[in-house]
Amino acid sequence: MLLIQQIVNGLMLGSVYVTVAVAFTLTISILNFLNFTIPTLFMVAGMVGWGLAFFGLPFGLGGPLPWPLALAAGIAVAVACSLIVERFTFRYMKMKHGDSTEHAIPLVSSLGFLLILENLVRISYGSDAQRFPGPGADLTANIGGIFIRVPQLVSFVLVIGLILGLVWVINATRTGRGLRAIAENPDAAALLGVEPNRIVPIVFMLTGMLCGLAGALFAVNYGEVSPQMGEDIGSKAIAGMVVGGLGSLWGAVAGGVIVGLIEMLTIHFFGADTVQAAVWGALLITLLIRPQGLFGHNAIGKGKL
Amino acid sequence: MSGYWSGIITLLSINVVFAYGIYLAVATGQLNLGGAGFQALGAYAAAWLCAEQGWPIWATLGASAVVAGGIGFAFAFPILRLKGVYLVLGTFAFAEVVAGVIINSDALGGAMGLPVPEYIDWHVPAIAAVGVALFCFYLMSTRLGLAVRAVHDDDVVCDLLGVDVRLVRVALFALGAALAGFAGGLYAHAYTYVEVQTFNASLSIYVLLYVLLGGAQTAWGPLAGAAFFTLLPELLRNTLPALKSSLYGLFGADGSMSPPDESWRFVALGVVTVLMMVFRSEGLITRTMVERISHPFRSTKSEAL
Repeated sequence: MLLIQQIVNGLMLGSVYVTVAVAFTLTISILNFLNFTIPTLFMVAGMVGWGLAFFGLPFGLGGPLPWPLALAAGIAVAVACSLIVERFTFRYMKMKHGDSTEHAIPLVSSLGFLLILENLVRISYGSDAQRFPGPGADLTANIGGIFIRVPQLVSFVLVIGLILGLVWVINATRTGRGLRAIAENPDAAALLGVEPNRIVPIVFMLTGMLCGLAGALFAVNYGEVSPQMGEDIGSKAIAGMVVGGLGSLWGAVAGGVIVGLIEMLTIHFFGADTVQAAVWGALLITLLIRPQGLFGHNAIGKGKL
Repeated sequence: MSGYWSGIITLLSINVVFAYGIYLAVATGQLNLGGAGFQALGAYAAAWLCAEQGWPIWATLGASAVVAGGIGFAFAFPILRLKGVYLVLGTFAFAEVVAGVIINSDALGGAMGLPVPEYIDWHVPAIAAVGVALFCFYLMSTRLGLAVRAVHDDDVVCDLLGVDVRLVRVALFALGAALAGFAGGLYAHAYTYVEVQTFNASLSIYVLLYVLLGGAQTAWGPLAGAAFFTLLPELLRNTLPALKSSLYGLFGADGSMSPPDESWRFVALGVVTVLMMVFRSEGLITRTMVERISHPFRSTKSEAL
């Protein structure tokens, strides 16, 4: 029974990883860009949400906001940050040929943004973990002896709905066709009338939205936010994405769930200290044995960055 | 010499050695985002040999380079099959696995860390940094250095012209790992304490940024990058408190939570990173710049291509 409980916990935890992993996958599969700001956007949504719910608006414009409103504002801030990142990683980027590390330019810029955003949050709100004032972990449902927190169940369903919506956008709409065209060949897409400067920000908006939502759900579910909360989630999501396969949306979903399960089962059988080694070991083994992951395409990420 | 300056020189020297370790991998076009892992291997090797086996300092420092270099060599064969995003993720995963293994091993003190009985003051790291820098300048001026430049610029053509691309990459990766481990050994003795939390993902990111922002084209780059970003916070020490209090007002947070001072340093590093990638993505010091300074009257037009 305890084992089943752990599997359920793993699934619930996995749904947070899935959301972040899908955000990673979007930028990698469409722009061939490993966006290191993603964990930070996740953290920004949670911390700004907490700040607004605890301190209120900046400049003394208003008192503390109710938590759903504060979280919505947090998500909006995450989306805004993501669009700023787009400006400086893609819009003004000049490509000079003849240097094999030049593909690393957006990646390095995103590392810079990771430092900026994370430390600005630290400066404004301090680096301690804070208790998030929400419904928290108190509401639990007992289904046949298995305990499930209600907010967790709600966010699990929300995440699944969100991903189905995303798949629909990418596969069935005009914008989605533009996205896929850019993923295939940016130059040809531009020649055929897809405007990269209009389409690329959409990727970043979706990224910011997914991360922001994941951060908000995390804050509500676990009742705690901190400037460090993105690091752990981000690294697990990267692991999930690679295990599932770079560039595959469903791969990211499967990978996120697998990592959530690995984490909970490792805790169950070996204790909490071995989690990091188990998750990253799984990633390393995947990279060495089957670099394209479970569902990945072979071409993505090869040779280019 | 005051304790303040000797502390800065120690830190600067260790960062320079570490940056050269990452530079050697980057010089062949391989982004190594696992620097902290190699540094941790060296630091723990030195700490354990010194504390448990009673080896003298020169032996532990040598051993730290040999251990990290050996593991880097063994790891280079499978990991350098990967390219681009996969290589970055693979090295990143390696660092996390190293941290995960160390934190679970009782012999190395686990999460508690390991005290190092033997202390070195600033002379040893300073001499080591000068030696390592001279070694890297020499290395880049040999035939191997020429091969490294060629592999970085175009590995396919290099292969066609008879350069053993794989050998060059593995050799430089392993040599870089040895230098990173050596930096770890210096760290262990200079600070007389090692704990695994020091060698986190952020450290890998910072050192890679030192190299890329300094410029990976010549051996001057890592020296400039490490020196600039180690000394910058010292130069900013006076102007920052004013900035900090104004930002407190902006975000509506009161002064009761004191954020760590080093946050500003990392914000500055992030801003410089983003601006450099926009305006001068090849790094501060380029090959053309070095040639212009060393031969001020020679026309560089014919070399521009």
